[in-house]
Amino acid sequence: MEWSFVIEKLILVFIIFVVTLLIAMYSTLAERKIAGFMQDRYGPDRAGLFGILQPLCDGGKFFFKEEIIPAGAHKALFILGPTIAIITACISSAVIPWGQELQIGDRTISLQVADVNVGILYMFGVIALGVYGIMLGGWASNNKFSLMGAIRAASQSISYEIAMGLSIIALLMVTQSLSLKEIVAQQSGFVNWNIWAQPLGFIIFMVCAFAECNRVPFDLPECETELVGGYHTEYSSMKLGLYMFSEYINMFVSSALMASLYFGGYNFPFMNDLGLSANMITILGVVVFFIKILLFIFFFMWVRWTLPRFRYDQLMNLGWKMLIPLAIANIVLTGVFTLIKDTYFS
Amino acid sequence: MQLTNRKKVIEQKPMTFAERIYFPAIVKGLRITLRHFFKKIPTIKYPEEIRPYSKNFRGQHSLKRDEEGRERCTACGLCALSCPAEAITMTAAERKKGEEHLYREEKYASVYEINMLRCIFCGLCEEACPKEAIYLDGPHVTADYLRKDFIYGKDKLVEPTFDITKLKS
Ligand code: SF4
Ligand code: SF4
Repeated sequence: MEWSFVIEKLILVFIIFVVTLLIAMYSTLAERKIAGFMQDRYGPDRAGLFGILQPLCDGGKFFFKEEIIPAGAHKALFILGPTIAIITACISSAVIPWGQELQIGDRTISLQVADVNVGILYMFGVIALGVYGIMLGGWASNNKFSLMGAIRAASQSISYEIAMGLSIIALLMVTQSLSLKEIVAQQSGFVNWNIWAQPLGFIIFMVCAFAECNRVPFDLPECETELVGGYHTEYSSMKLGLYMFSEYINMFVSSALMASLYFGGYNFPFMNDLGLSANMITILGVVVFFIKILLFIFFFMWVRWTLPRFRYDQLMNLGWKMLIPLAIANIVLTGVFTLIKDTYFS
Repeated sequence: MQLTNRKKVIEQKPMTFAERIYFPAIVKGLRITLRHFFKKIPTIKYPEEIRPYSKNFRGQHSLKRDEEGRERCTACGLCALSCPAEAITMTAAERKKGEEHLYREEKYASVYEINMLRCIFCGLCEEACPKEAIYLDGPHVTADYLRKDFIYGKDKLVEPTFDITKLKS
């Protein structure tokens, strides 16, 4: 391994890290702005122009709040909880291909941090780890409400991970590859996007992504409004901030994942017919990819300010009795279609 | 027996398939919120933007001066008497020699206080005053931290002196 390669990757990691944090920061503002607009009001607009400085003020406020660790809490685990949450949220974006190759001089720079050939499995592993952050935090608080919130969160995540995995299996049957780079590269242009081949799979995946990110209508782990908060009841100051932050980062990463699995990632219509240079296509592709991600984030928020929360039994019913059978049916259907296509139309 | 026709029998039908999969309802809800997203926002951003008041809006009181800049109030106490909320208190004093340019009548209010937390802005004081000395023509009473700060004395109530000669030049 050469030094330039390491440096190149480090720069890329740094840029992605900063961009992720920026997007997560401004998601908090966007969330409140969108909530405002959907409820016919402005949302925060006092800090800076249009409230641009609001996230900074919130962050600053979090740092100055008193740091409370409950007397009965398990101190190490109490601190470990939010740490795990934020670390897993940050490292899950490592396998996402942000763009094609960039040609600088005679160097080709791949805009993906790690081209793991089982990229999707890596994603799932990391996302599954995220629930430990919540679980540990809830348990270490030594508070029965936190513990209950954590259990709610854990069982929800586990239930929806199954349906999510099953919906991905159908997708993998179409793409024949586990590498995210490969999957995105296959979807060049517009008609090759996986959403056309897997509409049902996409819907299942999206519903599960909502549940995994603990977003409304599946935000039972938090329940700000009626159930004492959930797993982060005992958290204060920046530790609470980290939990919230990791939620927004998760939202960003799952938007990126949805965009790259089903909506062609950095591909955009007519990308090869416009006669642009390769670098230009790459840069445009990155821009397009981010537009797609932002649209998904907007969708997440749009849903949040539209729907009420599920009851817990409804949540479980939906997960186990609707999504899992649907996902299995989707796999079977995909198999049948692939078989028909391969025998008669190839 | 049914006295009104407002009674509604609620039947609990089992949910239809469309209701059970939630999606039609969700799409409907999303359309509604999206419509609101693009609606004009009725909020008035207060300190920068003040909404138009009606002409007879009753706001904070002001104690008026006459055309020579003298206080009109003669401390007759009719306003305090008419006040249904008992918000007005005052102390009367006699005008001394050489104070004719300050007070119009021989008797004046040395202390005049309105408790803005009691006042209900009914305007009866304005109606009762024989000297046309008090009007509720000010803006809103602003917020404050302590109760005692809501008792407005003459410093806040009396109109600033208005020099008519300067206006002409
Ligand atoms: S407006 Fe009404 S309540 Fe207020 S001081 Fe005058 S008389 Fe009293
Ligand atoms: S404000 Fe008018 S009514 Fe009240 S004490 Fe003065 S003169 Fe009398």
